[in-house]
Amino acid sequence: MSVSVNHLSKVYGSQRAVDDLSFEVGAGEILGFLGPNGAGKSTTMKIITCFLPPTEGTVSIDEYNIQDHPLEIRKRVGYLPEHNPLYLDMYVHEFLEFVGRIYNLGKAERKRRIPEIIEMTGLGREQHKKIGMLSKGYRQRVGLCQALIHDPEVLILDEPTSGLDPNQIVDIRQLIREVGKDKTVIFSSHILSEVEAIAERVLIIDRGKMVADAATDQIRKLSKDETRIEVEFDKGGFDMAAVEKLAGVSRVEASGANLFQIYSDAEVDIRRDLFQICVEQDNVILSLNKQTYTLEEAFRKLTGSKQTEA
Amino acid sequence: MNAILSIYRKEVASFFNSLIAYVVIGVFLIGVGLFFWVFAGNVLETREASMQLLFEAGPYFFLFLVPAITMRAFAEEIKTGTIEFLATKPISDWQIIMGKYLAAIFLVFFSLLPTIIYYFSLSSLGNPPGNLDTGAIIGSYIGLFFLGSIYAAIGLFTSALSENQIIAFILGLFLCFFFFQAFDLFDGLTKVGILAHYESISRGVIDTRDLLYFISFVAIALVATKLVLERRKK
Repeated sequence: MSVSVNHLSKVYGSQRAVDDLSFEVGAGEILGFLGPNGAGKSTTMKIITCFLPPTEGTVSIDEYNIQDHPLEIRKRVGYLPEHNPLYLDMYVHEFLEFVGRIYNLGKAERKRRIPEIIEMTGLGREQHKKIGMLSKGYRQRVGLCQALIHDPEVLILDEPTSGLDPNQIVDIRQLIREVGKDKTVIFSSHILSEVEAIAERVLIIDRGKMVADAATDQIRKLSKDETRIEVEFDKGGFDMAAVEKLAGVSRVEASGANLFQIYSDAEVDIRRDLFQICVEQDNVILSLNKQTYTLEEAFRKLTGSKQTEA
Repeated sequence: MNAILSIYRKEVASFFNSLIAYVVIGVFLIGVGLFFWVFAGNVLETREASMQLLFEAGPYFFLFLVPAITMRAFAEEIKTGTIEFLATKPISDWQIIMGKYLAAIFLVFFSLLPTIIYYFSLSSLGNPPGNLDTGAIIGSYIGLFFLGSIYAAIGLFTSALSENQIIAFILGLFLCFFFFQAFDLFDGLTKVGILAHYESISRGVIDTRDLLYFISFVAIALVATKLVLERRKK
């Protein structure tokens, strides 16, 4: 099912949390929703899941839209809210039974589906505990279980990996990729490498407005106008003047006794020339690293925010 | 209906999993039991085969206990954010409210059940045995149940108003008391209050006007609850 967001705006008092946002996610696509804290990611997701009414605009999922068919939409969407609210005094099974009933799954269906998603999310060992006794990572899995139990066609995950340890993050990402094969997934994050790891397409929003919408590997190119090469020499006293004269090189910075950063145009590759110069000066290159722009740098450039979010 | 039932089951389970149900039922039974059998003026002392004592003390116990049952219904969901979980599931606000309301009045009903023993005890103590005004007693039970149902609707309403359970409880207690007794102070308005209708049903005559009063009171309180919940989402 495809999700289409049309001229969506949400105003809180005098603040525009979401400002004329439009985009479309095709069936089976995984979309990473990226932006600094307070950019309007959660608000957009809350509108898509019919929790908040928009001030203007609409969201439709296939032929249903949030104003006229909220229940139809909620049936088809699985949603993991940002802080993953759960009933802490319920047992994992009891909770999933409850959610299954709410989604109107029959008894046989629940009996089949609940062990299946418990297996899928790796909740097996913890499944007989009270939710309140689980660690954050396992609670997150319970949250994913409730979002997946009815096998929704659209999955909305608000910061699914926040607060998890690195192993759990890898597990959850794997799971999202897995379920994303036949579902439309929109997930938000402010961790850039995560979006890179899971999504095919990235949407960057800042202060409620869209600043970029492109395939993950294209986003980097958006702000890539120079390449950085980090080079380490064996012996000191390397004369950089020759390097600086090379076509395309904009500047050279020394970051250690034998360690240099060379900035050049993105189009030219100076590595070959660099090696020649090195040989001429009777030196040896110990390491040579061509750095492409990371998503993070692209992100900072696009959102114009100084602080690092990740 | 399925959705209402699943909310209802979850709520009832949480009453019995936490101590709430046991405390409410326990306090109610001990309280009315003391008034009925032990304290000065009890039935054994007055030697009167009447359950009037239960139906006089009942409303005051409910005044405290019913808002205590309902105070967490929405306040807790709002505070912990689980309201977002519920509101994004394919169920309407009405189904959530009805599920929670039914669970609350089930607990009211459940706490009244054991007092039926009093009826049989009194009946066998009577002279001759069985000399009891059964019609009036049935009417009084219905009256007390209706009263608890109104309190529960008011309690749900105040629970939706605040994310703080204590505030929900105190506000609930106050509103219940207000509607129960305050109108008795004004001559022309007696019929607006709950007490007049409660007493009328307790006489054993079920008047459609009283029935209509109880039903519309509950309906208005639940509609108000829905409006409050809707406003929260803005």
